Amino acid sequence: MPATPNPATAATGLNFPAGTALTARGLSVHFGRNKVLKEVSIDIAAKAVTAIIGPSGCGKSTFLRALNRMHELNPDARMEGDIRLFGDDIYARGVEPVIVRRRVGMVFQKSNPFPTMSIAENVTVGLRLNGLRDKKLLAERIEQSLQMAALWDEVKDRLNAPAISLSGGQQQRLCIARALAVQPEVLLMDEPASALDPLATQKIEDLIVHLKKDYTIVIVTHNMQQAARSSDYTAFFYLGELIEFGPTAKIFTNPSQKRTEDYVTGRFG
Amino acid sequence: MNPANRQPDRAKSQHGDSAFKWLTLAMALVIFVLIGLIGFELLRGAQVSMHKFGWRFLVSSDWDPVNDVYGALPAIFGTVVSSLIALIIAVPISVATAVYLTELAPQWLRQPLIMFIELLAAVPSVILGLWGIFVMVPFLRDPVFPFLQKYLGFLPLFKGPTYIGSSMLAGGIIVAIMIIPIITSVSREILRSVPGLQREAAYALGATRWEVTRIAVLSYAKKGLFGAVILGLGRALGETMAVTMVIGNSSQIVASLFAPANTLASVIASEFNEATGPIYPSALFELGLVLLGVTVLVNILAQLLLKTFAGPSVKPQH
Amino acid sequence: MTVSNHNWRKFKNAFMQTLTFVCAILVVLPLVLVFYHLVKEGFSALNWNFFTKLPKAVGEHGGGMVNAIAGTFILLLQAAIFGVPIGVLGGVYLSEYGGSKLNWWIRFAADILNGVPSITWGVVVYGLLVVPMHGPSALAGGIVLGMMMIPLVMRTTEEVLQLVPGGYREAAMALGIAKWKTTVQIVIRTALKGIVTGVLLALSRVAGETAPLIFTAFGNLGWAHKLTEPIAAMPLLIFNYAISPYDDWHRQAWAGAFVLLMLVLAINVGVRFLTRDRFKQKA
Ligand SMILES: Nc1ncnc2c1ncn2[C@@H]1O[C@H](COP(=O)(O)OP(=O)(O)OP(=O)(O)O)[C@@H](O)[C@H]1O
Ligand SMILES: [Mg+2]
Repeated sequence: MPATPNPATAATGLNFPAGTALTARGLSVHFGRNKVLKEVSIDIAAKAVTAIIGPSGCGKSTFLRALNRMHELNPDARMEGDIRLFGDDIYARGVEPVIVRRRVGMVFQKSNPFPTMSIAENVTVGLRLNGLRDKKLLAERIEQSLQMAALWDEVKDRLNAPAISLSGGQQQRLCIARALAVQPEVLLMDEPASALDPLATQKIEDLIVHLKKDYTIVIVTHNMQQAARSSDYTAFFYLGELIEFGPTAKIFTNPSQKRTEDYVTGRFG
Repeated sequence: MNPANRQPDRAKSQHGDSAFKWLTLAMALVIFVLIGLIGFELLRGAQVSMHKFGWRFLVSSDWDPVNDVYGALPAIFGTVVSSLIALIIAVPISVATAVYLTELAPQWLRQPLIMFIELLAAVPSVILGLWGIFVMVPFLRDPVFPFLQKYLGFLPLFKGPTYIGSSMLAGGIIVAIMIIPIITSVSREILRSVPGLQREAAYALGATRWEVTRIAVLSYAKKGLFGAVILGLGRALGETMAVTMVIGNSSQIVASLFAPANTLASVIASEFNEATGPIYPSALFELGLVLLGVTVLVNILAQLLLKTFAGPSVKPQH
Repeated sequence: MTVSNHNWRKFKNAFMQTLTFVCAILVVLPLVLVFYHLVKEGFSALNWNFFTKLPKAVGEHGGGMVNAIAGTFILLLQAAIFGVPIGVLGGVYLSEYGGSKLNWWIRFAADILNGVPSITWGVVVYGLLVVPMHGPSALAGGIVLGMMMIPLVMRTTEEVLQLVPGGYREAAMALGIAKWKTTVQIVIRTALKGIVTGVLLALSRVAGETAPLIFTAFGNLGWAHKLTEPIAAMPLLIFNYAISPYDDWHRQAWAGAFVLLMLVLAINVGVRFLTRDRFKQKA
């Protein structure tokens, strides 16, 4: 199905063990007259963690948001190119962003639980939108999602407490549980731990490693150690371009591009 | 600048500084003077009436200038009922419009609509009253009132003669038109202050626009929207000219919305210049006092709701 | 995955979109209707006499409301003279010397004052000025409108002064310029357009006020020669004509309403261009 060989992946000769979840070809995004993402082509491995790194403003968030059409919320944004999710063109005519986002979930930098809802309601809100009403099933999903988000033990006795009564790190894990509850095929995370203390960050990292058994994860991070520790593949963006993409170990120990090396060794960025 | 003349210069500027500060402070404090003045003048004017009628003034339904006996109940009743009618009409329309403007409308349509609504807010009450007398009331008299009577006539609210036109219902509708712009624009501000992150959270779950509005925006903004409604109620209670012109000005308490009525404000507006003797004007002052008390209480509630809602979200967003 | 209810959700979305759109139309409709009737009834009743002649007695055709037009401007002028300095300086205090508990209370009180019914102001000034002066007067009318402007102007002034970047103040203070001079020459001057906008909007708001004038300015079929005499004003005349039983007067009321609305809308639309300019400069 992929029509053109991907220069980035072709160069690294990547072979994903669980197949490819997302393929982007010639992906460009404009904000008004600014072209902030320039012909990016990349494959995202299924059931693996792909880290996106690069200096601030290089288009990491923009790239991530193009993957579930969140950028369309900005009326100035315009995108070109082709993105396929397990072979389905997510920008094809007749495909609604609502459906795409149900398949590709997202977690944000700042935790954003719904403050008027309880912990349990936050987890089930997506399911209830989908029409799931069965109390027993919902309860199962609550436990399952909170377990996966490593939050169950901390909140199982107060599921009906307001979500904002949780600590910052717990709120972020609640947001992860909320995204997982609808069982998306891909989970996008935009600097999910950057607002958290080291301990809470550690929890999220562990959780990410754990989640990749079942989920495809794309994570944006500014934290090199985090990228090195928890990801399988790493993509380095610079000024809207994908400079290098490959297995994390290679990017961090033996990058083929000078700029990548400068960035991962902390010489700029 | 050499050190020799720096010293007196600084002293002078400090003088200027404190003088300016005190001047502006004095002007800011005029606000309290005005509040004191309003309360004092109304209390003073109402003395005679308060002495003569006591608390009975509030519960007596006699408003009889011929025998110099006055009770505020019909006016209070009319004020409450016309404001309720106005709220019933205005609240759903205004909140829905605010939702449309901030969440659902296509981008190109938003600015023109907002401008229209702001212009509607600028239309003077007396002009709306004029339009009410010559366009709205005739239209209500026929066909609206007979139509309502035909289908809802089993309710006491819609019984009685329909041919008068100037009526409680007409007053309520005109007040609704007056308060819709303010409820809409305050609601819009409230909805706009809902953090974008809340919306994104809902969108990322695959919610439709309306679902985003419902789960992320409306439930977040509930308290603020309530504040907007209460603010509208405050305006409705005190709305004067347009109501005076279409409500029929009759001091009676009847169930029929087709019957003329009056409000606290409309009684004062229409009778003050004819009020002679010591008691009649004083009774009107006391109506003013009642009106002031109610509107100030309602406005305090509204401001507290709006301020406590705005509190956390006013923080600068990054 | 569950997409079974997808069509139902899409329908709900479209339904709510339509419903709220209809509500928006319902909001705009009265303005369109009022405007339509004002143009239809009012514009045709306008002529040269309207702007140059005094009102005629009942039964006589023709006449105008030159005295009411002039009266409205005289009242607004007095209101501005009385209300603007107090409002602007008070707003300066709130913005530049802000932070204290007192400011919260002043703001709160100003917001409450903005909600005081206009008729109440009329009654208050009646007791305050009309009774001691033994009769209604242009002065009482101007003062009542000025009083109503104070909280409005104070709040908008504070708001626009807050928009002036703090750096301007620090830069000036760092040069050793006294705080009050900084405030007057830098802060107020930077925000001048915004302050003027706020004043104009407040004027346009009180220009249409009728209720507070009924027992203060009272109205006058001829000219007021002194500020201590009752004076005519457009909203008052419109009101008196509208509730009269005469067709001639009704026509005059429509014409007056048309002119008054044009005045108010002109200020509102004009101000919008002023502010649009300001935002462009900032961007
Ligand atoms: N809504 C927007 N409108 C206009 N330009 C935007 C918008 N959002 C982002 N940009 C621009 O697009 C470019 C890429 O932004 P993006 O948020 O994707 O960067 P990023 O790599 O995620 O940065 P950071 O690490 O700081 O989050 C930036 O130059 C930014 O200024
Ligand atoms: Mg980013």
